[in-house]
Amino acid sequence: MTPIIKTEDLTHEYSVGTPFQNTAISHINLEIPRGQFVGMIGHTGSGKSTLIQHLNGLLAPTAGTVYYEGGDIFASKAATRDVKFKVGLVFQYPEYQLFEETVYADIAFGPKNQKLSKEEVDARVRQAARFVGIDEDLFDKSPLDLSGGQKRRVAIAGVIAMRPGVLVLDEPTAGLDPEARENLFKNIQDYRLATDSTIVLVTHSMDDIARIADRLIVLSEGQVVMDGTPEEVFSHAEALTAIGLSVPMPTRIAMELKAMGVPITDAIYTTSYLRKAILKLWKEGE
Amino acid sequence: MLKDITLGQYFPGDSVFHRMDPRTKLILVILYIVALFQATNFLSYAVMALVTVTVIKISQVPPKALVRGLKPIVIIIVLTAVLNMFYTDGHVIVQIWKLKLTVEGIIKAFFMVIRIVMLICGTFLLTYTTAPVALTDGLELLLNPLKKLHVPVHEMSMMMSMALRFIPTLIEETDKIISAQKARGADFESGNLIQRAKALLPILVPLFVSAFRRADELAIAMESRCYHGGEGRTRMKQLRYQRLDYTALLLGAALVAGMIAMRVMGL
Repeated sequence: MTPIIKTEDLTHEYSVGTPFQNTAISHINLEIPRGQFVGMIGHTGSGKSTLIQHLNGLLAPTAGTVYYEGGDIFASKAATRDVKFKVGLVFQYPEYQLFEETVYADIAFGPKNQKLSKEEVDARVRQAARFVGIDEDLFDKSPLDLSGGQKRRVAIAGVIAMRPGVLVLDEPTAGLDPEARENLFKNIQDYRLATDSTIVLVTHSMDDIARIADRLIVLSEGQVVMDGTPEEVFSHAEALTAIGLSVPMPTRIAMELKAMGVPITDAIYTTSYLRKAILKLWKEGE
Repeated sequence: MLKDITLGQYFPGDSVFHRMDPRTKLILVILYIVALFQATNFLSYAVMALVTVTVIKISQVPPKALVRGLKPIVIIIVLTAVLNMFYTDGHVIVQIWKLKLTVEGIIKAFFMVIRIVMLICGTFLLTYTTAPVALTDGLELLLNPLKKLHVPVHEMSMMMSMALRFIPTLIEETDKIISAQKARGADFESGNLIQRAKALLPILVPLFVSAFRRADELAIAMESRCYHGGEGRTRMKQLRYQRLDYTALLLGAALVAGMIAMRVMGL
């Protein structure tokens, strides 16, 4: 089956021809199969944001290209515009992009740009709002009057409402309190289950991503340095630390235990695994 | 795309101009403009062109950057040239209806274009070689005597440095907002004038909201650091004239004197 997204030798250089020229990403080859939940991690300035802006054609590559379901998204202007609806991109702090007078109108902005019928737009807005947990009572309010967490949800709903095949989120939980963060992750997972979407989530929160992603892609200095299941990736704890990333807390505890001589396995990255492993060891000890 | 705007952009470097006191550079620009306006014929324009080219060379600013800076005013330059070509009396070459193309007009247009280009290049060199903060500091010190006349010099320069400080931030912000709205399928490139103006709304509203938010935050940050205006405020970087500055000012004055002399003598 053709991967839903494929990048080929994707390279991007900023400010070509000025003293500020720098290569943000170089020769990135990725294949993301349909339905996968991909976590993308990397240090600040590792090229994550640049990479994801290529996936929906916002940035044009200096070299290489991106395929959506096998079609080159930079083949024509129409293709580049069209892919924006297929790959929904939620930027960092998306609440700063809200502009309409009402929550409803703001969520409807994307679907309206898709030139859908009024009924279809309405259905999508309501569904998207449900996915992110925005009550219909809020529809007539100004988005500027909402709380920070609610604003963020409305902004995400605005992208979901376009019903993209791939949803890309750039640090969707940055600046949210733990409870809001938890809820948002749950919303994203529910959304994925309900719509069978492919999800790419950029984050710094190792503990969260370890729990929910099928696959982790680690970027460093514009290149993919690791690519595999969370289990595989987090078993290279030293390498991750070396490029300025951390490992989930349970992995760290397991590593410490191992260093103390406890015969615990390496590949632990969630609290429940850790609990199971410790309980098992404890029983064996008895 | 918006990042390509060069107005007020600083090119870090280590040329003579980079090391010069901002006040010196401000005065030099004024002297340069005065000298430029003394030029009336081929010889004097050639002298000014030579000076300009030499100065650009010394400043180590890439000529490409200057050309890029000229782009936004191409329309003004073309308009000036065309108007001068047709509205100057003299020997008529071609006449189209009431418009007369004259030899004098062409020469005048040529001089005008050169004058505008050199004017822009000279002033751009100032902003290219001077960090914005240094520039406003220099301006404040130069205008200090006006404080006696109750001109709020400090406030003005503070506002200016804040404005300069926020240009890149706001440009970045605008870029981000444009990207985000494009990601939602906003279309800024097609449609008629009204549709395009309307398409700007999704950019302007968030931009204003964030500009106000930033202004608010900045005000609080300044107050919490006890900012209370210019009274009794000292500087982290004291500006002092060096030998380099005196030399540069002397050269600048000499240029003006020379240009005036050339004009008086009718050279």
